[in-house]
Amino acid sequence: MGMLEKALEGGKFGVTVEMAPPKGYDFTEQMEAAELLKGKVHGVNVTDMQSACLKASSLGLCIKLKQAGLDPIIQVTGRDRSRMGILGDMLSAAAFGIDTMLALTGDHPTVGDCKQSKPVYDLDSVGILHMLTAMEATDKDCGGNPIEGGAPSFYKGAVVTPVYDPLPLQINKLRQKVEAGAQYIQTQGIFDMESLKRFMDEVDKANIHTHIMAGIIPLKAAGMAKYMNENVPGIAVPQDMIDRLAAAAAEGKAKGVKGLPTQLGIEMAAEMIAKIKDEGICDGVHIMAIGAEKNVPKILEKAGLTIE
Amino acid sequence: MIITQKKPIEELMAMIGDAQKIAILGCGSCATACATGGEKEVAELKAYLESQGKTVVATGMADYCCMNMGVKTAMKKLTAAGPDAVVCMSCGDGVQVAANHSQVPVYPSNNTMFLGEAVRFGLFEEACHLCGDCMLGSTGGICPISRCAKSLVNGPCGGQKNGKCEVNPENDCAWIMIYRRLEALGQLDKLAKRRADKGYEKVAYPRTINIRGNK
Repeated sequence: MGMLEKALEGGKFGVTVEMAPPKGYDFTEQMEAAELLKGKVHGVNVTDMQSACLKASSLGLCIKLKQAGLDPIIQVTGRDRSRMGILGDMLSAAAFGIDTMLALTGDHPTVGDCKQSKPVYDLDSVGILHMLTAMEATDKDCGGNPIEGGAPSFYKGAVVTPVYDPLPLQINKLRQKVEAGAQYIQTQGIFDMESLKRFMDEVDKANIHTHIMAGIIPLKAAGMAKYMNENVPGIAVPQDMIDRLAAAAAEGKAKGVKGLPTQLGIEMAAEMIAKIKDEGICDGVHIMAIGAEKNVPKILEKAGLTIE
Repeated sequence: MIITQKKPIEELMAMIGDAQKIAILGCGSCATACATGGEKEVAELKAYLESQGKTVVATGMADYCCMNMGVKTAMKKLTAAGPDAVVCMSCGDGVQVAANHSQVPVYPSNNTMFLGEAVRFGLFEEACHLCGDCMLGSTGGICPISRCAKSLVNGPCGGQKNGKCEVNPENDCAWIMIYRRLEALGQLDKLAKRRADKGYEKVAYPRTINIRGNK
């Protein structure tokens, strides 16, 4: 059983962090960040060509992380592989001891950096989860053929966007993901505790029982926040956070000190994490540092969070 | 209807190449409605080819270029005029039917774009991907296979922004449209069930359907 499953199913507060493989084949930077994260998180999500931009595959970095003693979470999208491609990679993942996964539909190639690539979408996120659940239940592959030695099992996750209109449509898809076998859920980046609480109320009202981990994106600058508000679906950074970041930048400029907005971003992320845990708003946090994974230990420390 | 678009004329002229005597076949159905292969477009192409020094030896129309028997008759008349090449102004299916009845090369003047409807004259929208297993009964009559850029069957992805698709912000998110329609119809319960995965076995192509009982 992986660390994340043990934590969430054991009623502990789960902590995961996101990491992207490089656009290349030198994983040094990722492995250095991994060393800093060891023992501080329950799992490291490895993205599957996030934003449809070509990177080394999730499976490769997951194997490296596993070999380095971390618990990788293999992210699986339906964008580039058919059900056969996905299931084959999942068997390989299992062969390396990777036992935790996260299913997503995947951004469309036209929004990425290899726009001519053929979008596959043989299965959507619900379909991927269902295929794995069916495999585990029957020991059979996606064509109904027996899997030699029996099927591996995965702790299966999915994602949700709490800031969404119409929200019932998102809640409905969340229910489908849970019914298809998702055991934990990571959310899109959250910046406003009230919207997270409203979302959690809706999940309760819909009678959906799963472990929800709030997505945390440490902001680095006011410009980054504004850009995300304008371009990233489901992201809504409140204006007062943007103003505070801008003020930090102005202060840094006046004093000739670099990195004040980043520091403030780390503090704001830590505050949110502490609040989520202290108030028991949801079951864990998933930190998406977008290339600044080395800052994650500092965020956890400021939040007073050590994993159990 | 099959929606077609004219190829750039330079591309057609490059296909025709050195062929001097040309015959033109138009289509009386979809291509007429798309203004890509009706009588008017046949006459326009004839005038253009003549302006470029070609000889148009015959022109003709088939009611439907996708109907074998009618095309056979039309092509018999056209090829009797002794063309070096035939230009077929229909969809890709019509070009293939015509080519089956020709000893000389048949060239397409159009690109075949999609199956959809004329929303109004000159405005066409894609609406069906011929998936072989229609699910419109559970989606309020809006097709997620063709109107969702990812053909998702279990609801929206996270990519919509203000109700618009991440792939083309001009397009409405199909699943939000489906949600609104089902809400208006009092059929939101149809969203709740996971849709059985229909797989792709049924769309292994090329397909043939025979309702004659014999060939």
